[in-house]
Amino acid sequence: MLYKIEVRERSGIFDAAVAGVKSDILDFGIKTVKEVRFIQVYTIEGELSVEEITKICAELLTDKVYQCYSVNPAAERNQKDKFIVEVAYNPGVMDPVEESTLKGVRDLGISGAESVKTAKKYIIQGKLSATQLKTICEKLLYNKLIQHIVKSGTVPSGDSPRLSSRYQFNLVNVDLLGASDERLLEISKRGQLFLNLSEMRSIKNYFKSLKRNPTDCELETIAQTWSEHCSHKTFRGKIKYTEKIKATKTKLIDGLLKATIMKVTQELNKPWCVSVFKDNAGIIRFDDLYNICFKVETHNHPSALEPFGGANTGIGGVIRDPLGTGLGAKPFLNTDIFCFGLPDYPFSKLPVGALHPKRVMKGVVSGVRDYGNKMGIPTVNGAILFHEKFTGNPLVYCGTAGIMPREKSFKKTNSGDLVVVVGGRTGRDGIHGATFSSGELTHESETISSGAVQIGNPIQEKKMLDTILQARDKNLYSAITDCGAGGLSSAVGEMAAELGARVELDKVPLKYDGLSYMEIWISESQERMVLSVPPEKIEDLLGVFTNENVEATVIGEFTATKKLELYYKDNLVCSLGMEFLHKGQPKIVKEAVYAPAKHREPKINPAKDLTPVLEKLLAHYDICSKESVIRRYDHEVQGGSVMKPLTGIDNDGPSDASIVRPVLSSSKAVIVSNGINFRYGFIDPYWMAASCIDEALRQIISCGGSLKEVAILDNFCWGNPDKPDRLGSLVRCAYGCYDAAVGFGAPFISGKDSLYNEYSEHGKSLAIPGTLLISAISVMEDASKAISMYAKDAGNLVYVVGQTYQELGGSHYYDLSGAIGNSVPKVKVKKAKALFDSLSRASSRRLIRSMHDCSEGGLAVALAEMAFSGGLGMDIFLSSVPYVGEKRNDFVLFSESNSRFIVEVEKKNQKAFEQSLKGKSFGLIGCVSKKKEFKVYGLDNKICVNAGIDKLKKVWKEPLKW
Amino acid sequence: MRKVKVCVIRTAGTNCDKETAFAFAKAGAESEFVHINDLIGEKKSLADYQILAFSGGFSYGDDIASGKVFANELKCKLGEELRQFVNEGKLIIGICNGFQILVKSGLLPGNANSEQDTSLIINDSGKFEDRWVYLKSSGKCIWTKNIPQIIYLPVAHGEGKFIVKDNSILNKLKKNSQIIFKYCDARGKPGSYPDNPNGSLEDIAGITDATGRILGLMPHPERHIEIHQHPRWFSLKNKKQGDGLGIFKNGVAYCRKHL
Repeated sequence: MLYKIEVRERSGIFDAAVAGVKSDILDFGIKTVKEVRFIQVYTIEGELSVEEITKICAELLTDKVYQCYSVNPAAERNQKDKFIVEVAYNPGVMDPVEESTLKGVRDLGISGAESVKTAKKYIIQGKLSATQLKTICEKLLYNKLIQHIVKSGTVPSGDSPRLSSRYQFNLVNVDLLGASDERLLEISKRGQLFLNLSEMRSIKNYFKSLKRNPTDCELETIAQTWSEHCSHKTFRGKIKYTEKIKATKTKLIDGLLKATIMKVTQELNKPWCVSVFKDNAGIIRFDDLYNICFKVETHNHPSALEPFGGANTGIGGVIRDPLGTGLGAKPFLNTDIFCFGLPDYPFSKLPVGALHPKRVMKGVVSGVRDYGNKMGIPTVNGAILFHEKFTGNPLVYCGTAGIMPREKSFKKTNSGDLVVVVGGRTGRDGIHGATFSSGELTHESETISSGAVQIGNPIQEKKMLDTILQARDKNLYSAITDCGAGGLSSAVGEMAAELGARVELDKVPLKYDGLSYMEIWISESQERMVLSVPPEKIEDLLGVFTNENVEATVIGEFTATKKLELYYKDNLVCSLGMEFLHKGQPKIVKEAVYAPAKHREPKINPAKDLTPVLEKLLAHYDICSKESVIRRYDHEVQGGSVMKPLTGIDNDGPSDASIVRPVLSSSKAVIVSNGINFRYGFIDPYWMAASCIDEALRQIISCGGSLKEVAILDNFCWGNPDKPDRLGSLVRCAYGCYDAAVGFGAPFISGKDSLYNEYSEHGKSLAIPGTLLISAISVMEDASKAISMYAKDAGNLVYVVGQTYQELGGSHYYDLSGAIGNSVPKVKVKKAKALFDSLSRASSRRLIRSMHDCSEGGLAVALAEMAFSGGLGMDIFLSSVPYVGEKRNDFVLFSESNSRFIVEVEKKNQKAFEQSLKGKSFGLIGCVSKKKEFKVYGLDNKICVNAGIDKLKKVWKEPLKW
Repeated sequence: MRKVKVCVIRTAGTNCDKETAFAFAKAGAESEFVHINDLIGEKKSLADYQILAFSGGFSYGDDIASGKVFANELKCKLGEELRQFVNEGKLIIGICNGFQILVKSGLLPGNANSEQDTSLIINDSGKFEDRWVYLKSSGKCIWTKNIPQIIYLPVAHGEGKFIVKDNSILNKLKKNSQIIFKYCDARGKPGSYPDNPNGSLEDIAGITDATGRILGLMPHPERHIEIHQHPRWFSLKNKKQGDGLGIFKNGVAYCRKHL
């Protein structure tokens, strides 16, 4: 029997969710909608009596205090000015509510329910044209990649066990041996393998030596392993790099990663780096008992197509990185950095197939909120930037740090260990995610690659996390890794790389029937990990998982055969040499050319009163308050927060970084920050890299940290590396990373690249700005020495520390007039490091009352933020700012030179503070005042900014207050 | 002196268990993390504990409604044990998701049939929000004896709007002094959003049962145990401990004296 149950709120109850939908409809300019009502729909299938269904409705599905229900209500049809829209998941898409609802039904003592599907029903009242209704549905209520509109009176379809077909085994061989080059490329393209000709030829030769054709499964396994996403062939391959700055220089780079990023770590050789570039996350020392690890990933392509699901599974995926590092680390903080198109972008200009940036942003934020909050991991740090060029291809960076006992930092798979898959079941979701992210997005991506889009189930992952840590502490397994891109294929392939493995694919627990052996092998279903378990421990291990309702299944064993052997019901479906799989990929030489771009230098007449400019900068999307986003994340769960992302007398000022104590009984803390500024990359990616590193590190300094134990991560999001200009700027950026990181003494411990971030529409390719994210993590000895950014007391002195140059290229000031300019901010690394070290000594002597880093918007924005966050005024004199350049108030105020801080010092500490900065560039530029006025006196000592702090704060808080 | 033992109950999606145990440890009690399956399977028994703590989180994903599936499980599988625990004069605290569970299982505000009389529903803002709030304490509850009149704690929830089935329930809560915390402004006066962060009826943030031994509240006292958890500790002078600690100390002191 099939029951359709509708639960709605009793009349007279305010429905907040619906209020949100109504305001979103208004955003489209549709003003005729009078009322929206929401109904939650459950479709329950099974042998259930009327009494049982009544009990389920009354006891479980309905909150009697304010809701009512109806069973199998008569189908409602659209009437004049009343539209019914019912949204259900597509078949194959996991419905996270199903599992818990079925559990609830069983708890009631009812065993006949077989499946539950949910749907959302909206009743929209008001005059609407068919186009308007379509807009509301498609742009707001559903995403056709994962959902559909249920036709009135029908039952939502889903992946009910009854509906799916059985799979009949049929071994598929692919004819490579007889294939021409043309045919090889066709096979690669048809199969969405994203393998190039030389790779296809190598594969063909390998199978020629075996005197047989590959199975589809073998070909897929190679494609997954060799994909850009998994093997990072651009960063590890050979590059012929030509730089055309003054003279033209060409060199051959054998492994860009080794030549730049990894070289930093090797040269610095820090004793506190425990494990770098080896595991799923980089590990550094925390204290005598614990190590910490950190990883940042991207999930750009899925987020472009389905923002909620993309970001949701992005954060879910990166959480599994620390969990799969060493023998498993407990995640204790998340960080999220996004780049979106402009929130007020006209719908008419949107590329075909692209979602509106505002919807992308709302969806991404919700996705992170849902997964991060439900995992109980605080989201403590982030940044959001905006540019038109991210319209079709947003960037979504998700990072997680974890903590583990020191002795759990390394893993070793042994032959004879069992292959155990734990966590969620395997379904048809996410097929081809790894290869999909290794190609460009097109307006057809949504149809071709819809299988690559999924939504996550954070509670499944939370259960898995809880049980894995228990099994870890009982020493029940010898190695662990996560199932990410490439699914089992990557996880098992990686763990068995030095050994060999035999897997019986029919043992893998499935969500539903009908999956072929190959689909099982490459499915990227979320919330799964693979363990390597000594046979004598298997019983205890399985017990830990079953006790908390987590599935754990033996699917094979690690061998000493140096072969990857896969069986489906005793049929051999894959037999590949590990050597070929992991080392057989041909190194190809890619061409890279870098030539600096020339931009228009804007002619801006300096205004006498710069107050309006400051206000415009404060309202710039990059600079304005992100409070509405930050508050949607639980940034305090686990109780360790010392420096929250929001601070100040009204808890709304922008902290430079976040500080968290992962061990509540210890005063040691971890500082986490990020540096990102794609605008500088328009001018020179080398200086963008140096600036990002400087920014991430100076945020750590401004929170009271030091450079002593800072590790950094790189995340490159770039366009298509097969195009020489894209790759050229990437190479130049990597060299910037090397020079700055070595100079600051900050080793890279892990990183990730996401290439092919281009959106092509009808053959025209739009690349994103090459964007580098630097994430920094640092151990802080004594959390009580943390320094916040808001002004504390009237009468205190205000200093600028660090030299200001006429560096307005890529600045937000120039952006206000639509210009980029050429004078990109540079970093004098040696000087900067000495300055940072002096400041951290001053802060550890408690000489500093507050400190804020100068970045987007320059001195003016940093000073204003300090003042209004502290609820105090300031009097500032530009003539005291150490400055080199054309003497203009606007240049001094808005230049975005690196390595600068604003520091508030009590008068009694003036001498000691100035002494501590002896020989460094700094200026005493003013003081904090009781009056709530922000006043800046220009180089001519005449007032050039004069504004009430409440007004400035309001302007700053308004733009993204959704 | 016998240690006071706290059962911090866990299930799929529980996530504030560690810091809740830390708060109890600071208050002098010993906590044990106990999975619901171990209670149902009788591997562990509630009889061994004096305090039962439902910590925050998203039990079973808050699917259907916050706390609903867990509340249903408690009622169906542990109803008798829970009744006995309460009848023995022992203590229960439910924080955030724990409060939602207590309300939806009928343990709060409590009546003869364990029927649900009140609820916690989606915030008026329609959003999950993490922010700090001022709370004014009142009523009769052993957990809040002698704590300061106004305390400062964070909330972090999407479904915290307190509502009642009908006015008679509200009147009963008032008459029996069961309203324990109300959202307020810094001076203790009633305020609008965001002082009342979710639109709760009469600013209600926490309630107790008729005995004053079961406390449920949306704000997180376990997140304000030490001063460095305060968002503005940088400007505070002479503050020794977080505002939330007193609640845990009260519970532990009561057990020492009476159980």
